Amino acid sequence: MANWDWQVFCKNTIDGEVVSSCFGSGGDITYLDWMLSAWGWTVSVSLLSLAVALVFGSLMGILRTTPSRSLVFLGNAWTELFRNIPLLVQIMLWYHVLPALIPALKDVPSFLLVVAALGLFTSARISEQVRAGIQSLPRGQRMAAQAIGFTLPQTYRYVLLPMAFRIIIPPLTSESMNIVKNSSVAFAVSISELTLFALQAQEETSRGIEIYLGVTALYFITAFAINRVLHFIEQRVQVPGLIAAGGK
Amino acid sequence: MNTKSIFSAALIVAALAATPAFAQDSGTLKKIKDSGGATMGVRESSGGLSFTLGDGKFAGFHVDLCERVLADIRKQLGMSQMNIKFQPVTSQNRIPLMQNGTIDIECGSTTNNTARQKDVAFAVTTFVEEVRIAVKANSGITSIGQLNGKNVATTTGTTSVQLLRKHERANGVDFKEVFGKDHADSFLLLESGRADAFVMDSQILAGLIAKSKTPGDYKIVGEILNVEPINIMMRKDDPAFKKAVDDSLIKLMKSGEIAKIYDKWFLQPIPPANVRIGLSPSDATKAAWANPNDKPAEDYTKKCTANC
Repeated sequence: MANWDWQVFCKNTIDGEVVSSCFGSGGDITYLDWMLSAWGWTVSVSLLSLAVALVFGSLMGILRTTPSRSLVFLGNAWTELFRNIPLLVQIMLWYHVLPALIPALKDVPSFLLVVAALGLFTSARISEQVRAGIQSLPRGQRMAAQAIGFTLPQTYRYVLLPMAFRIIIPPLTSESMNIVKNSSVAFAVSISELTLFALQAQEETSRGIEIYLGVTALYFITAFAINRVLHFIEQRVQVPGLIAAGGK
Repeated sequence: MNTKSIFSAALIVAALAATPAFAQDSGTLKKIKDSGGATMGVRESSGGLSFTLGDGKFAGFHVDLCERVLADIRKQLGMSQMNIKFQPVTSQNRIPLMQNGTIDIECGSTTNNTARQKDVAFAVTTFVEEVRIAVKANSGITSIGQLNGKNVATTTGTTSVQLLRKHERANGVDFKEVFGKDHADSFLLLESGRADAFVMDSQILAGLIAKSKTPGDYKIVGEILNVEPINIMMRKDDPAFKKAVDDSLIKLMKSGEIAKIYDKWFLQPIPPANVRIGLSPSDATKAAWANPNDKPAEDYTKKCTANC
Protein backbone atom coordinates (compact mmCIF):
# COMPACT_ATOMS: atom_id res chain seq x y z
CA MET A 1 0.00 0.00 0.00
CA ALA A 2 2.98 2.23 0.56
CA ASN A 3 3.54 2.78 -3.14
CA TRP A 4 0.05 3.94 -4.02
CA ASP A 5 -0.03 7.16 -5.92
CA TRP A 6 -3.33 9.01 -5.71
CA GLN A 7 -1.75 12.00 -7.43
CA VAL A 8 -2.44 10.13 -10.65
CA PHE A 9 -5.92 11.68 -10.77
CA CYS A 10 -4.40 15.17 -10.69
CA LYS A 11 -2.20 14.53 -13.71
CA ASN A 12 -2.75 16.41 -16.93
CA THR A 13 -3.85 13.99 -19.65
CA ILE A 14 -1.55 15.57 -22.24
CA ASP A 15 1.85 15.77 -20.57
CA GLY A 16 1.32 13.73 -17.40
CA GLU A 17 2.33 16.65 -15.12
CA VAL A 18 0.54 16.96 -11.78
CA VAL A 19 -1.82 19.97 -11.71
CA SER A 20 -1.97 21.58 -8.25
CA SER A 21 -5.74 22.17 -8.21
CA CYS A 22 -6.47 18.67 -9.61
CA PHE A 23 -8.73 20.26 -12.21
CA GLY A 24 -7.42 21.30 -15.59
CA SER A 25 -7.83 24.77 -17.07
CA GLY A 26 -7.71 26.36 -20.49
CA GLY A 27 -8.86 23.29 -22.40
CA ASP A 28 -6.45 20.96 -20.60
CA ILE A 29 -8.04 18.22 -18.57
CA THR A 30 -6.76 16.05 -15.74
CA TYR A 31 -7.60 12.39 -15.22
CA LEU A 32 -10.02 13.51 -12.49
CA ASP A 33 -11.86 15.77 -14.96
CA TRP A 34 -11.94 12.89 -17.41
CA MET A 35 -13.24 10.44 -14.81
CA LEU A 36 -16.04 12.81 -13.77
CA SER A 37 -17.06 13.32 -17.38
CA ALA A 38 -16.98 9.54 -17.84
CA TRP A 39 -19.22 9.23 -14.79
CA GLY A 40 -21.62 11.64 -16.48
CA TRP A 41 -21.78 9.36 -19.52
CA THR A 42 -22.36 6.31 -17.33
CA VAL A 43 -25.19 8.04 -15.46
CA SER A 44 -26.76 9.38 -18.70
CA VAL A 45 -26.65 6.00 -20.43
CA SER A 46 -28.05 4.29 -17.33
CA LEU A 47 -30.93 6.67 -16.63
CA LEU A 48 -32.07 6.97 -20.24
CA SER A 49 -31.87 3.20 -20.71
CA LEU A 50 -33.83 2.73 -17.51
CA ALA A 51 -36.56 5.01 -18.83
CA VAL A 52 -36.71 3.06 -22.10
CA ALA A 53 -36.68 -0.23 -20.20
CA LEU A 54 -39.50 0.78 -17.85
CA VAL A 55 -41.76 1.98 -20.67
CA PHE A 56 -41.25 -1.03 -22.96
CA GLY A 57 -40.92 -3.53 -20.13
CA SER A 58 -44.19 -2.48 -18.51
CA LEU A 59 -46.00 -2.42 -21.83
CA MET A 60 -44.80 -5.86 -22.88
CA GLY A 61 -45.37 -7.30 -19.41
CA ILE A 62 -48.96 -6.07 -19.48
CA LEU A 63 -49.55 -7.43 -23.00
CA ARG A 64 -48.47 -10.87 -21.81
CA THR A 65 -51.31 -10.98 -19.27
CA THR A 66 -54.12 -9.76 -21.55
CA PRO A 67 -56.85 -12.14 -22.78
CA SER A 68 -55.81 -11.52 -26.42
CA ARG A 69 -53.70 -14.35 -27.82
CA SER A 70 -51.96 -12.19 -30.39
CA LEU A 71 -50.97 -9.58 -27.79
CA VAL A 72 -49.65 -12.32 -25.51
CA PHE A 73 -47.66 -13.69 -28.42
CA LEU A 74 -46.22 -10.25 -29.19
CA GLY A 75 -45.17 -9.76 -25.56
CA ASN A 76 -43.67 -13.24 -25.32
CA ALA A 77 -41.79 -12.87 -28.60
CA TRP A 78 -40.38 -9.49 -27.52
CA THR A 79 -39.24 -10.85 -24.17
CA GLU A 80 -37.63 -13.98 -25.57
CA LEU A 81 -35.92 -12.08 -28.38
CA PHE A 82 -34.23 -9.56 -26.11
CA ARG A 83 -33.37 -11.81 -23.22
CA ASN A 84 -31.90 -14.70 -25.21
CA ILE A 85 -29.15 -12.72 -26.95
CA PRO A 86 -26.11 -11.65 -24.92
CA LEU A 87 -26.03 -7.92 -24.20
CA LEU A 88 -22.67 -7.28 -25.86
CA VAL A 89 -23.86 -9.08 -28.99
CA GLN A 90 -27.01 -6.95 -29.02
CA ILE A 91 -24.94 -3.78 -28.77
CA MET A 92 -22.77 -4.94 -31.67
CA LEU A 93 -25.91 -5.73 -33.68
CA TRP A 94 -27.26 -2.21 -33.11
CA TYR A 95 -23.93 -0.60 -33.90
CA HIS A 96 -22.55 -2.62 -36.81
CA VAL A 97 -25.24 -4.84 -38.30
CA LEU A 98 -28.44 -2.76 -38.29
CA PRO A 99 -26.79 0.31 -39.89
CA ALA A 100 -25.55 -1.97 -42.68
CA LEU A 101 -29.19 -2.98 -43.33
CA ILE A 102 -30.77 0.41 -42.67
CA PRO A 103 -28.35 3.13 -43.89
CA ALA A 104 -30.28 5.89 -42.08
CA LEU A 105 -29.12 4.44 -38.76
CA LYS A 106 -25.52 5.31 -39.65
CA ASP A 107 -26.09 8.92 -38.67
CA VAL A 108 -27.64 8.07 -35.32
CA PRO A 109 -25.14 8.81 -32.53
CA SER A 110 -23.78 5.68 -30.87
CA PHE A 111 -25.06 7.04 -27.55
CA LEU A 112 -28.67 6.60 -28.70
CA LEU A 113 -27.93 3.15 -30.10
CA VAL A 114 -26.53 2.06 -26.75
CA VAL A 115 -29.54 3.49 -24.92
CA ALA A 116 -31.81 1.54 -27.26
CA ALA A 117 -29.80 -1.66 -26.92
CA LEU A 118 -29.45 -1.53 -23.13
CA GLY A 119 -33.00 -0.27 -22.68
CA LEU A 120 -34.60 -3.00 -24.79
CA PHE A 121 -32.40 -5.72 -23.28
CA THR A 122 -33.53 -4.69 -19.81
CA SER A 123 -37.13 -4.24 -20.96
CA ALA A 124 -37.29 -8.01 -21.51
CA ARG A 125 -36.33 -8.60 -17.91
CA ILE A 126 -38.74 -5.97 -16.60
CA SER A 127 -41.51 -7.43 -18.76
CA GLU A 128 -40.97 -10.74 -17.01
CA GLN A 129 -41.22 -9.08 -13.60
CA VAL A 130 -44.35 -7.12 -14.52
CA ARG A 131 -46.00 -10.30 -15.82
CA ALA A 132 -45.08 -12.14 -12.63
CA GLY A 133 -46.41 -9.27 -10.53
CA ILE A 134 -49.75 -9.22 -12.32
CA GLN A 135 -50.10 -13.00 -12.27
CA SER A 136 -49.37 -13.14 -8.56
CA LEU A 137 -52.68 -11.36 -7.93
CA PRO A 138 -55.71 -13.57 -7.22
CA ARG A 139 -57.84 -14.15 -10.35
CA GLY A 140 -60.84 -12.83 -8.48
CA GLN A 141 -59.54 -9.27 -8.60
CA ARG A 142 -59.60 -9.14 -12.39
CA MET A 143 -63.02 -10.81 -12.46
CA ALA A 144 -64.41 -8.41 -9.85
CA ALA A 145 -63.20 -5.42 -11.81
CA GLN A 146 -64.83 -6.73 -14.99
CA ALA A 147 -68.02 -7.57 -13.07
CA ILE A 148 -68.48 -3.98 -11.94
CA GLY A 149 -68.18 -2.86 -15.54
CA PHE A 150 -64.52 -1.74 -15.87
CA THR A 151 -63.11 -1.95 -19.37
CA LEU A 152 -59.88 -3.88 -19.79
CA PRO A 153 -57.67 -0.74 -19.66
CA GLN A 154 -59.55 0.44 -16.56
CA THR A 155 -59.08 -2.97 -14.94
CA TYR A 156 -55.34 -2.64 -15.37
CA ARG A 157 -55.18 1.04 -14.47
CA TYR A 158 -57.25 0.99 -11.31
CA VAL A 159 -57.08 -2.59 -10.03
CA LEU A 160 -54.21 -4.74 -11.27
CA LEU A 161 -51.26 -2.42 -11.88
CA PRO A 162 -51.35 -0.44 -8.62
CA MET A 163 -50.89 -3.69 -6.74
CA ALA A 164 -48.60 -5.43 -9.21
CA PHE A 165 -46.11 -2.55 -9.30
CA ARG A 166 -45.98 -2.36 -5.51
CA ILE A 167 -45.22 -6.08 -5.40
CA ILE A 168 -42.37 -5.90 -7.92
CA ILE A 169 -40.52 -2.87 -6.55
CA PRO A 170 -37.78 -5.04 -4.94
CA PRO A 171 -36.83 -6.90 -8.18
CA LEU A 172 -37.20 -3.63 -10.10
CA THR A 173 -34.67 -2.09 -7.74
CA SER A 174 -32.18 -4.83 -8.58
CA GLU A 175 -32.85 -4.38 -12.27
CA SER A 176 -32.31 -0.63 -12.05
CA MET A 177 -29.01 -1.18 -10.29
CA ASN A 178 -28.07 -3.80 -12.89
CA ILE A 179 -28.55 -1.25 -15.64
CA VAL A 180 -25.80 0.92 -14.12
CA LYS A 181 -23.43 -2.01 -14.09
CA ASN A 182 -24.47 -3.23 -17.55
CA SER A 183 -23.88 0.26 -18.95
CA SER A 184 -20.18 -0.64 -18.85
CA VAL A 185 -20.58 -2.50 -22.15
CA ALA A 186 -21.14 0.88 -23.81
CA PHE A 187 -17.35 1.21 -23.97
CA ALA A 188 -17.48 -1.26 -26.84
CA VAL A 189 -19.14 1.32 -29.08
CA SER A 190 -16.94 4.23 -28.19
CA ILE A 191 -18.97 5.87 -25.40
CA SER A 192 -16.35 7.34 -23.08
CA GLU A 193 -17.97 6.08 -19.91
CA LEU A 194 -16.24 4.77 -16.79
CA THR A 195 -15.07 1.42 -18.16
CA LEU A 196 -13.53 2.99 -21.24
CA PHE A 197 -11.89 5.57 -18.98
CA ALA A 198 -10.51 2.81 -16.74
CA LEU A 199 -9.15 0.74 -19.64
CA GLN A 200 -7.53 3.76 -21.22
CA ALA A 201 -6.29 5.66 -18.18
CA GLN A 202 -4.67 2.64 -16.54
CA GLU A 203 -2.78 2.02 -19.78
CA GLU A 204 -1.61 5.64 -19.98
CA THR A 205 -0.66 6.08 -16.33
CA SER A 206 0.33 2.52 -15.36
CA ARG A 207 -1.59 3.16 -12.11
CA GLY A 208 -4.25 0.53 -12.63
CA ILE A 209 -5.07 -0.01 -8.95
CA GLU A 210 -5.84 3.62 -8.20
CA ILE A 211 -7.81 4.08 -11.42
CA TYR A 212 -9.89 0.92 -10.93
CA LEU A 213 -10.58 1.77 -7.30
CA GLY A 214 -11.78 5.25 -8.31
CA VAL A 215 -14.03 3.82 -11.00
CA THR A 216 -15.32 1.09 -8.67
CA ALA A 217 -16.26 3.70 -6.08
CA LEU A 218 -18.23 5.71 -8.66
CA TYR A 219 -20.09 2.62 -9.91
CA PHE A 220 -20.93 1.72 -6.32
CA ILE A 221 -22.13 5.24 -5.50
CA THR A 222 -24.34 5.36 -8.60
CA ALA A 223 -25.91 1.96 -8.08
CA PHE A 224 -26.38 2.58 -4.37
CA ALA A 225 -28.00 5.97 -5.02
CA ILE A 226 -30.53 4.24 -7.27
CA ASN A 227 -31.11 1.67 -4.56
CA ARG A 228 -31.84 4.42 -1.99
CA VAL A 229 -34.18 6.31 -4.33
CA LEU A 230 -36.23 3.20 -5.07
CA HIS A 231 -36.21 2.23 -1.41
CA PHE A 232 -37.65 5.66 -0.63
CA ILE A 233 -40.32 5.21 -3.30
CA GLU A 234 -41.12 1.76 -1.94
CA GLN A 235 -41.72 3.19 1.52
CA ARG A 236 -43.74 6.16 0.26
CA VAL A 237 -46.16 4.11 -1.82
CA GLN A 238 -46.56 1.34 0.73
CA VAL A 239 -50.15 0.61 1.64
CA PRO A 240 -50.29 -1.06 5.07
CA GLY A 241 -51.74 -4.54 4.87
CA LEU A 242 -51.89 -4.57 1.08
CA ILE A 243 -49.05 -7.00 0.60
CA ALA A 244 -49.42 -10.00 2.88
CA ALA A 245 -45.90 -10.03 4.28
CA GLY A 246 -45.67 -6.26 4.55
CA GLY A 247 -45.24 -6.22 8.28
CA LYS A 248 -42.56 -3.53 8.25
CA MET B 1 -17.82 -6.50 -19.21
CA ASN B 2 -18.09 -4.92 -15.81
CA THR B 3 -17.01 -8.17 -14.25
CA LYS B 4 -13.98 -8.04 -16.51
CA SER B 5 -12.81 -4.73 -15.14
CA ILE B 6 -13.49 -5.81 -11.56
CA PHE B 7 -11.62 -9.02 -12.28
CA SER B 8 -8.64 -7.12 -13.65
CA ALA B 9 -8.67 -4.90 -10.58
CA ALA B 10 -8.79 -7.96 -8.36
CA LEU B 11 -5.85 -9.44 -10.24
CA ILE B 12 -3.85 -6.29 -9.78
CA VAL B 13 -4.62 -6.18 -6.07
CA ALA B 14 -3.71 -9.87 -5.76
CA ALA B 15 -0.48 -9.25 -7.64
CA LEU B 16 0.40 -6.36 -5.37
CA ALA B 17 -0.12 -8.52 -2.30
CA ALA B 18 1.95 -11.33 -3.80
CA THR B 19 4.93 -9.28 -4.93
CA PRO B 20 6.99 -9.23 -1.72
CA ALA B 21 6.88 -13.02 -1.48
CA PHE B 22 8.58 -13.31 -4.86
CA ALA B 23 11.22 -10.72 -4.11
CA GLN B 24 13.02 -13.37 -2.06
CA ASP B 25 12.72 -15.96 -4.81
CA SER B 26 16.08 -16.95 -6.16
CA GLY B 27 15.30 -16.14 -9.74
CA THR B 28 13.54 -17.40 -12.81
CA LEU B 29 16.41 -19.68 -13.89
CA LYS B 30 16.14 -21.64 -10.64
CA LYS B 31 12.35 -21.73 -10.99
CA ILE B 32 12.67 -23.15 -14.52
CA LYS B 33 15.19 -25.75 -13.43
CA ASP B 34 13.19 -26.81 -10.36
CA SER B 35 9.84 -26.99 -12.13
CA GLY B 36 11.20 -28.42 -15.36
CA GLY B 37 9.43 -25.84 -17.47
CA ALA B 38 8.57 -22.23 -18.17
CA THR B 39 5.34 -20.34 -18.84
CA MET B 40 5.32 -18.01 -21.80
CA GLY B 41 2.88 -15.09 -21.81
CA VAL B 42 1.44 -14.73 -25.31
CA ARG B 43 -1.20 -12.58 -27.05
CA GLU B 44 -4.31 -13.81 -28.83
CA SER B 45 -3.99 -11.28 -31.60
CA SER B 46 -0.99 -8.97 -31.83
CA GLY B 47 -0.35 -8.97 -35.57
CA GLY B 48 2.69 -10.98 -36.62
CA LEU B 49 4.34 -10.63 -33.20
CA SER B 50 2.19 -13.03 -31.22
CA PHE B 51 -1.10 -14.65 -32.15
CA THR B 52 -3.16 -17.77 -31.61
CA LEU B 53 -3.44 -20.64 -34.06
CA GLY B 54 -6.35 -22.06 -32.09
CA ASP B 55 -6.17 -25.26 -30.02
CA GLY B 56 -4.01 -23.56 -27.39
CA LYS B 57 -1.17 -23.08 -29.88
CA PHE B 58 0.53 -19.74 -30.38
CA ALA B 59 2.98 -18.40 -32.93
CA GLY B 60 4.55 -15.20 -34.21
CA PHE B 61 7.87 -13.37 -34.36
CA HIS B 62 8.23 -12.88 -30.61
CA VAL B 63 6.92 -16.36 -29.78
CA ASP B 64 9.47 -17.80 -32.21
CA LEU B 65 12.28 -15.76 -30.60
CA CYS B 66 11.19 -16.83 -27.10
CA GLU B 67 11.18 -20.49 -28.10
CA ARG B 68 14.78 -20.13 -29.30
CA VAL B 69 15.74 -18.25 -26.13
CA LEU B 70 14.18 -20.93 -23.93
CA ALA B 71 15.96 -23.64 -25.94
CA ASP B 72 19.27 -21.88 -25.20
CA ILE B 73 18.36 -21.62 -21.53
CA ARG B 74 17.49 -25.32 -21.47
CA LYS B 75 21.00 -26.10 -22.74
CA GLN B 76 22.55 -23.63 -20.31
CA LEU B 77 20.77 -25.31 -17.40
CA GLY B 78 21.67 -28.75 -18.69
CA MET B 79 18.05 -29.90 -18.83
CA SER B 80 17.19 -32.73 -21.17
CA GLN B 81 13.78 -31.30 -21.88
CA MET B 82 11.72 -28.26 -20.98
CA ASN B 83 7.97 -28.11 -20.73
CA ILE B 84 6.82 -24.81 -22.25
CA LYS B 85 3.30 -23.66 -21.38
CA PHE B 86 1.45 -20.87 -23.14
CA GLN B 87 -0.59 -18.39 -21.09
CA PRO B 88 -2.64 -15.88 -23.08
CA VAL B 89 -2.40 -12.40 -21.54
CA THR B 90 -3.97 -9.00 -22.23
CA SER B 91 -2.63 -5.45 -22.01
CA GLN B 92 -4.36 -5.15 -18.63
CA ASN B 93 -3.07 -8.29 -16.92
CA ARG B 94 0.37 -8.94 -18.44
CA ILE B 95 2.34 -6.94 -15.84
CA PRO B 96 0.52 -8.30 -12.75
CA LEU B 97 0.81 -11.86 -14.12
CA MET B 98 4.54 -11.34 -14.63
CA GLN B 99 4.98 -9.93 -11.13
CA ASN B 100 3.09 -12.74 -9.40
CA GLY B 101 4.99 -15.44 -11.27
CA THR B 102 2.15 -16.79 -13.43
CA ILE B 103 4.27 -16.13 -16.52
CA ASP B 104 8.07 -16.21 -16.72
CA ILE B 105 8.63 -14.51 -20.04
CA GLU B 106 6.15 -12.43 -22.04
CA CYS B 107 6.40 -12.66 -25.81
CA GLY B 108 3.72 -10.32 -27.06
CA SER B 109 3.66 -6.68 -28.04
CA THR B 110 4.61 -4.76 -24.91
CA THR B 111 5.99 -1.25 -25.35
CA ASN B 112 9.15 -0.71 -23.33
CA ASN B 113 8.70 2.59 -21.44
CA THR B 114 10.09 4.10 -18.26
CA ALA B 115 6.80 3.75 -16.35
CA ARG B 116 6.78 -0.01 -16.96
CA GLN B 117 10.49 -0.36 -16.21
CA LYS B 118 9.56 0.41 -12.59
CA ASP B 119 7.54 -2.83 -12.49
CA VAL B 120 9.22 -5.21 -14.96
CA ALA B 121 12.39 -5.68 -17.00
CA PHE B 122 12.74 -5.81 -20.78
CA ALA B 123 15.09 -7.82 -22.98
CA VAL B 124 17.07 -6.08 -25.70
CA THR B 125 14.79 -4.47 -28.27
CA THR B 126 13.80 -6.91 -30.99
CA PHE B 127 11.18 -4.85 -32.81
CA VAL B 128 10.59 -1.12 -33.19
CA GLU B 129 7.04 -0.14 -33.95
CA GLU B 130 5.95 2.88 -35.94
CA VAL B 131 2.50 4.34 -35.38
CA ARG B 132 0.83 5.30 -38.67
CA ILE B 133 -2.56 5.87 -40.31
CA ALA B 134 -4.62 3.40 -42.32
CA VAL B 135 -7.27 4.82 -44.65
CA LYS B 136 -9.43 3.62 -47.51
CA ALA B 137 -7.34 3.76 -50.66
CA ASN B 138 -9.92 5.91 -52.46
CA SER B 139 -10.31 8.44 -49.61
CA GLY B 140 -7.61 10.79 -50.92
CA ILE B 141 -6.20 11.19 -47.40
CA THR B 142 -2.40 11.19 -47.40
CA SER B 143 -1.43 12.90 -44.16
CA ILE B 144 -2.65 13.51 -40.63
CA GLY B 145 -3.25 17.18 -41.47
CA GLN B 146 -6.18 16.16 -43.66
CA LEU B 147 -7.96 14.50 -40.76
CA ASN B 148 -9.30 17.75 -39.29
CA GLY B 149 -12.98 17.21 -38.43
CA LYS B 150 -12.85 13.58 -39.55
CA ASN B 151 -13.66 10.49 -37.52
CA VAL B 152 -10.45 8.81 -36.42
CA ALA B 153 -10.59 5.30 -34.98
CA THR B 154 -8.19 3.78 -32.53
CA THR B 155 -8.32 0.98 -29.97
CA THR B 156 -9.22 1.50 -26.31
CA GLY B 157 -6.38 0.71 -23.94
CA THR B 158 -3.53 1.50 -26.34
CA THR B 159 -0.94 4.26 -26.28
CA SER B 160 -2.25 5.51 -29.65
CA VAL B 161 -5.21 7.16 -27.92
CA GLN B 162 -2.93 9.40 -25.89
CA LEU B 163 -0.78 10.00 -28.94
CA LEU B 164 -3.77 11.28 -30.91
CA ARG B 165 -4.76 13.59 -28.07
CA LYS B 166 -1.24 15.04 -27.90
CA HIS B 167 -1.18 15.50 -31.64
CA GLU B 168 -4.53 17.24 -31.57
CA ARG B 169 -3.32 19.61 -28.88
CA ALA B 170 0.03 20.35 -30.51
CA ASN B 171 -1.30 21.03 -34.01
CA GLY B 172 -4.66 22.56 -33.16
CA VAL B 173 -6.53 19.94 -35.20
CA ASP B 174 -9.83 18.50 -34.11
CA PHE B 175 -10.52 14.80 -34.66
CA LYS B 176 -13.67 13.02 -33.69
CA GLU B 177 -12.22 10.02 -31.94
CA VAL B 178 -14.03 6.69 -32.10
CA PHE B 179 -12.76 3.84 -29.98
CA GLY B 180 -12.91 0.19 -31.00
CA LYS B 181 -12.83 -2.31 -28.16
CA ASP B 182 -10.11 -4.31 -29.93
CA HIS B 183 -8.11 -3.96 -33.13
CA ALA B 184 -10.52 -6.02 -35.22
CA ASP B 185 -13.34 -3.80 -34.00
CA SER B 186 -11.44 -0.61 -34.86
CA PHE B 187 -10.78 -1.97 -38.33
CA LEU B 188 -14.49 -2.70 -38.70
CA LEU B 189 -15.13 1.00 -37.93
CA LEU B 190 -12.89 1.91 -40.87
CA GLU B 191 -14.40 -0.77 -43.08
CA SER B 192 -18.01 0.24 -42.36
CA GLY B 193 -17.24 3.93 -42.88
CA ARG B 194 -17.86 4.99 -39.27
CA ALA B 195 -14.24 6.12 -39.22
CA ASP B 196 -12.19 7.79 -41.98
CA ALA B 197 -8.85 6.68 -40.58
CA PHE B 198 -7.43 4.18 -38.11
CA VAL B 199 -4.34 5.17 -36.18
CA MET B 200 -2.33 2.23 -34.83
CA ASP B 201 0.98 0.37 -34.86
CA SER B 202 1.89 -0.22 -38.49
CA GLN B 203 2.44 -3.99 -38.12
CA ILE B 204 -1.08 -4.34 -36.68
CA LEU B 205 -2.54 -2.19 -39.49
CA ALA B 206 -0.63 -4.18 -42.13
CA GLY B 207 -1.84 -7.45 -40.61
CA LEU B 208 -5.48 -6.34 -40.47
CA ILE B 209 -5.38 -5.07 -44.05
CA ALA B 210 -3.78 -8.31 -45.26
CA LYS B 211 -6.53 -10.33 -43.59
CA SER B 212 -9.43 -8.12 -44.77
CA LYS B 213 -11.83 -9.14 -47.54
CA THR B 214 -10.35 -6.68 -50.04
CA PRO B 215 -6.80 -5.71 -49.03
CA GLY B 216 -6.48 -3.48 -52.10
CA ASP B 217 -9.10 -1.08 -50.69
CA TYR B 218 -6.89 0.09 -47.83
CA LYS B 219 -3.50 1.67 -47.53
CA ILE B 220 -1.15 2.93 -44.86
CA VAL B 221 -0.32 6.59 -45.41
CA GLY B 222 1.23 9.66 -43.88
CA GLU B 223 3.99 10.51 -41.49
CA ILE B 224 5.25 8.27 -38.70
CA LEU B 225 3.37 9.54 -35.66
CA ASN B 226 5.42 7.76 -33.04
CA VAL B 227 8.19 5.23 -32.64
CA GLU B 228 8.10 2.68 -29.82
CA PRO B 229 10.39 -0.22 -28.94
CA ILE B 230 8.44 -3.48 -28.47
CA ASN B 231 10.33 -5.89 -26.24
CA ILE B 232 10.16 -9.31 -24.69
CA MET B 233 9.28 -8.76 -21.03
CA MET B 234 10.48 -10.50 -17.86
CA ARG B 235 10.52 -10.06 -14.10
CA LYS B 236 12.43 -7.15 -12.63
CA ASP B 237 15.58 -7.59 -10.56
CA ASP B 238 16.57 -10.95 -12.01
CA PRO B 239 19.91 -10.16 -13.69
CA ALA B 240 20.86 -13.81 -14.31
CA PHE B 241 17.69 -14.49 -16.30
CA LYS B 242 17.90 -11.17 -18.17
CA LYS B 243 21.49 -11.94 -19.13
CA ALA B 244 20.54 -15.40 -20.39
CA VAL B 245 17.68 -13.97 -22.50
CA ASP B 246 19.73 -11.03 -23.79
CA ASP B 247 22.73 -13.22 -24.67
CA SER B 248 20.54 -15.56 -26.63
CA LEU B 249 18.86 -12.67 -28.53
CA ILE B 250 22.15 -10.86 -29.18
CA LYS B 251 23.52 -14.09 -30.65
CA LEU B 252 20.57 -14.14 -33.11
CA MET B 253 21.17 -10.47 -33.95
CA LYS B 254 24.92 -10.84 -34.49
CA SER B 255 24.48 -13.89 -36.72
CA GLY B 256 21.79 -12.22 -38.79
CA GLU B 257 19.46 -15.07 -37.92
CA ILE B 258 16.91 -12.60 -36.52
CA ALA B 259 16.38 -11.06 -39.98
CA LYS B 260 15.45 -14.51 -41.31
CA ILE B 261 13.03 -15.07 -38.46
CA TYR B 262 11.53 -11.62 -39.13
CA ASP B 263 11.19 -12.50 -42.79
CA LYS B 264 9.32 -15.69 -41.89
CA TRP B 265 6.64 -13.85 -39.89
CA PHE B 266 6.31 -10.49 -41.65
CA LEU B 267 7.16 -11.13 -45.29
CA GLN B 268 6.04 -14.73 -45.91
CA PRO B 269 2.48 -16.04 -45.74
CA ILE B 270 1.62 -16.96 -42.15
CA PRO B 271 -1.09 -19.19 -40.67
CA PRO B 272 -3.96 -19.47 -40.01
CA ALA B 273 -5.22 -17.62 -43.13
CA ASN B 274 -1.97 -17.96 -45.09
CA VAL B 275 -1.69 -14.28 -45.90
CA ARG B 276 1.47 -12.22 -45.81
CA ILE B 277 1.63 -9.09 -43.66
CA GLY B 278 4.18 -7.59 -46.03
CA LEU B 279 5.98 -5.21 -43.70
CA SER B 280 9.75 -4.85 -44.16
CA PRO B 281 11.78 -4.18 -41.00
CA SER B 282 11.90 -0.44 -40.31
CA ASP B 283 15.22 1.40 -40.13
CA ALA B 284 14.74 1.75 -36.39
CA THR B 285 14.27 -2.02 -36.05
CA LYS B 286 17.44 -2.67 -38.05
CA ALA B 287 19.30 -0.15 -35.90
CA ALA B 288 18.14 -1.96 -32.74
CA TRP B 289 19.44 -5.27 -34.13
CA ALA B 290 22.78 -3.67 -35.06
CA ASN B 291 23.26 -2.12 -31.61
CA PRO B 292 21.40 -4.27 -29.08
CA ASN B 293 19.96 -2.14 -26.27
CA ASP B 294 16.94 -1.93 -23.96
CA LYS B 295 16.30 1.82 -24.12
CA PRO B 296 12.72 2.84 -23.28
CA ALA B 297 10.31 4.58 -25.66
CA GLU B 298 11.15 7.96 -24.09
CA ASP B 299 14.69 7.77 -25.52
CA TYR B 300 13.30 7.28 -29.02
CA THR B 301 11.04 10.31 -28.69
CA LYS B 302 13.95 12.44 -27.49
CA LYS B 303 16.02 11.41 -30.45
CA CYS B 304 13.15 12.34 -32.72
CA THR B 305 12.55 15.81 -31.30
CA ALA B 306 16.26 16.52 -31.76
CA ASN B 307 16.36 15.37 -35.38
CA CYS B 308 12.92 16.22 -36.68
